[in-house]
Amino acid sequence: MKIWVFAQHAGGAPTTGSLELITKARSLGDVTAFVGGDGAPLAAALGEHGATKVYATGDLGGKLSGVAVAGAMKAVIDDGDSPDLIMFPQTTEGRDVVARLSVKLDKTVLTNNIGVTVDGGAVSVTTPIFGGNILVTTTFTGSGPFLAAFRPKSFAAEPSGGAAAEVVAAPVPDLGACGAAAVTAVHVEESTGPKLDEAAIVVAGGRGLGEAAKYEMVEQLAKLLKGAPGASRAIVDAGWVPYSYQVGQTGKVVKPTVYIAAGISGATQHMVGMKGAKNIIAINKDKEAPIFGIADLGIVGDVHKVLPKLIEALQAR
Amino acid sequence: MNVIVCVKQIPDPNNPGALDPSTNTLKRDGKLILDDSDSYGVEMALQLVDKAGGGEVTLVSMAPNGEVSGLRTALAMGAAKGVLVSDPALQGSDALTTAKVLAAAIQRAGVADLIIAATESTDGYTGTVPEMIAEVLGLPSVTFAKHVAISDGKLDAQRQTEEGYDDVTCPLPAVVSVTAGVVEPRYPSFKGIMAAKSKPVDTMTAADLGVSPVGWEGAGQKITEVGQAEARGAGTIFEDDGEGFAKVVAFLENLKVI
Repeated sequence: MKIWVFAQHAGGAPTTGSLELITKARSLGDVTAFVGGDGAPLAAALGEHGATKVYATGDLGGKLSGVAVAGAMKAVIDDGDSPDLIMFPQTTEGRDVVARLSVKLDKTVLTNNIGVTVDGGAVSVTTPIFGGNILVTTTFTGSGPFLAAFRPKSFAAEPSGGAAAEVVAAPVPDLGACGAAAVTAVHVEESTGPKLDEAAIVVAGGRGLGEAAKYEMVEQLAKLLKGAPGASRAIVDAGWVPYSYQVGQTGKVVKPTVYIAAGISGATQHMVGMKGAKNIIAINKDKEAPIFGIADLGIVGDVHKVLPKLIEALQAR
Repeated sequence: MNVIVCVKQIPDPNNPGALDPSTNTLKRDGKLILDDSDSYGVEMALQLVDKAGGGEVTLVSMAPNGEVSGLRTALAMGAAKGVLVSDPALQGSDALTTAKVLAAAIQRAGVADLIIAATESTDGYTGTVPEMIAEVLGLPSVTFAKHVAISDGKLDAQRQTEEGYDDVTCPLPAVVSVTAGVVEPRYPSFKGIMAAKSKPVDTMTAADLGVSPVGWEGAGQKITEVGQAEARGAGTIFEDDGEGFAKVVAFLENLKVI
């Protein structure tokens, strides 16, 4: 089976999510990474995880990657190198590329997957629904390339010790009107401490905090535990904290050793992003809150009373 | 300025969802409501038309039955008219077919300067349909926009990324998908609700639009298994008696993380 992985990169290195997919793909077949941008700096890391070839578009010159990378992929396929399966990270860029390519190839796309199996030429993917309580397995019909997007942390990224991948140019063709959008500035919302999706401890706050100013308690607790602060969608939508803090279906997927949910009721949207945590602690005043259904330790109480005492106790240590 | 907003009518998310065991699709037999995610796009469209000093907001939607109650909510907010592709054959349609049908309906709805959609629906959350619509229509697109401004025939947006946001500029016409919280949606007024009852909703089938195959026939996928995920059991729950914090400290100590 010939598999392509849309490999994203940041700061000159492939993203962890991309390496997760390449690691999984190498257990299923021959892996080619497809990069929007310059391939050379990434060839060693991509090869080390199992890619033998890298198609790279070269500098995108401010074009949004969705339309540009999909155009480059279509051009390679039209030239005769067609994969059986293309795997995409479930990110904003990944979704844009797979959406554009889906129309170009007239092939369906399956998103939100956490697993993939290959049986001969048949490819099936697994998708959790209803907050992850039910797993649906879907098999692609017809002929490939089959297009599938996978949630972060669905697979582990592990080096295979492979040699640097061969870099092959896959230039972006003329995109016409579709390519007219341009990025004029990039803003990175810096946060101190560990990254939310890599931290061993995550402390997340929700609507139960009552007001934006109280989020400070969450940040303080996260700092004391050398963890990262996170948030439910409700308080991101309300503008209390930036989107980069959001944990859940539309935010980040986290799998820390300890997840502390403070004033979060546990909407389905949120739970799919954190139920993979090894240990979950929930503090909420409503004892009927769904979060208590998956918590290892639940404290039915007011976050405004429990958090200050907890912070004080940790400071005293 | 004329704006088309793609809206979805979905089962009330406050009622637990269920799969139809015969088709393994989400049950949509009850009353459908306007997806809350779409109210942001409707509000943004109304504000942009207001600011431009002319034009109108048109809704485009698709449903397997003739349901219009969700559309009426958006009409009550101030949209001028709607186009509804209503067809039992649409049952089981995948994201690509949905995009083809909506794109055809958008072309039927008239010339638009801007097409707005939510980033993803609350019930299906594939999250690819807006970008697919742009590709079908041959338009540029900006997805995941958290701030949108229009001036001099172009769109300037702040586009959410995993790390922060990008400033993106794009000529019109274009497709933009907006996040929840991009604007504060208005509540329909009584006057708006009354007026919505008589606003036109043009109803058509997928065949009227010349899109086929649709539904199960058009989907390049079939559901082969539905199973229960490994359940995560609940642990110990304590009522806070003033010493709840100590339980947390003990739990963290036991894990050797403090």
